[in-house]
Amino acid sequence: MEFFFFLFAIVALAGAVGVVVLRNPFYCVLALVVHLIALALLFLLLEAQFVAAAQIVVYAGAVMVLYVFVVAYVGGGDRPTLLWRAGARQRALAIAFGLVVFVELAIALLGTGLQALDTHGAKLSADYGSPGQIGKLLLQDYLLPFELASMLLLIAAIGAVALVGRRGGLPADEEALAEITPDRTLVDPARPAATGTMAEAVAGYGITTPMPDPQTDGRTLREEHS
Amino acid sequence: MSISWFLVVSALMFALGAIGVLVRRNPLVVLLCLELMLNAGNLALIGFSRMWGDGGGQIFAIVVMVVAACEVAIGLGIVVALYRRRLPIDVDELRELAG
Repeated sequence: MEFFFFLFAIVALAGAVGVVVLRNPFYCVLALVVHLIALALLFLLLEAQFVAAAQIVVYAGAVMVLYVFVVAYVGGGDRPTLLWRAGARQRALAIAFGLVVFVELAIALLGTGLQALDTHGAKLSADYGSPGQIGKLLLQDYLLPFELASMLLLIAAIGAVALVGRRGGLPADEEALAEITPDRTLVDPARPAATGTMAEAVAGYGITTPMPDPQTDGRTLREEHS
Repeated sequence: MSISWFLVVSALMFALGAIGVLVRRNPLVVLLCLELMLNAGNLALIGFSRMWGDGGGQIFAIVVMVVAACEVAIGLGIVVALYRRRLPIDVDELRELAG
């Protein structure tokens, strides 16, 4: 028990340090995955089987896949972070702040005088942490928070779609784009070039080549054939 | 293991996450560090739940996971929208989110 606790705790903390320290955001995401898996194992040591499983499936699975996709899309790889840049004073301040937070939390958590802190915890019922008990709690004692959380998820999903949707997210520098490519033909007038219209993707039109007029082209084609 | 060990680990994780939020400049990594802080809270909640032998703390942890998922969806949405507008992906240069 002690051995596993220290093993998982060290792995979790190493993952956390990796998230903070590593340069490449992609490696940061991978470090967080390691951290989350070790944390799920810590949850298992605390007999919270269902939460541990949910942690692995939801966090290390779904949420981290979303992160990986966005990091791959946005990139932003090797920008120098503050950790390695000149801002040594700000870095020192941040680390000092972190230490202060840790000491304060440790005092707050351990100095409460709760007798049970130094025990292994209360005697547990047989179904503690099982999916059955969690389900009973969620749908009986905590029904309102459960429903509110589901509403929050729905709102967040709609908000994310509204944020990322192309029609709402047009670049502001329309004039700058027009300067770069003065002779471009807009396939969709409501949308600037190079924002991924279907025609641009298929034909490669948009930025460099102006789009041929389909009517005149069709007419010449027919004349040649006849 | 006594519960206090888990709480110490949780406090360390929270402090590390706070340092990361302050030090890193890439908003993606700042979001990752926020996840670290939320997970530290989760570990403390589950530790206390184990301490009392009561399942309520685990429900709290699950709700925190839901909130974290929402935060990730919105935060990553903002990052992608910034990228689309060709704005710098850097929290020092992004002083305002208006417009």
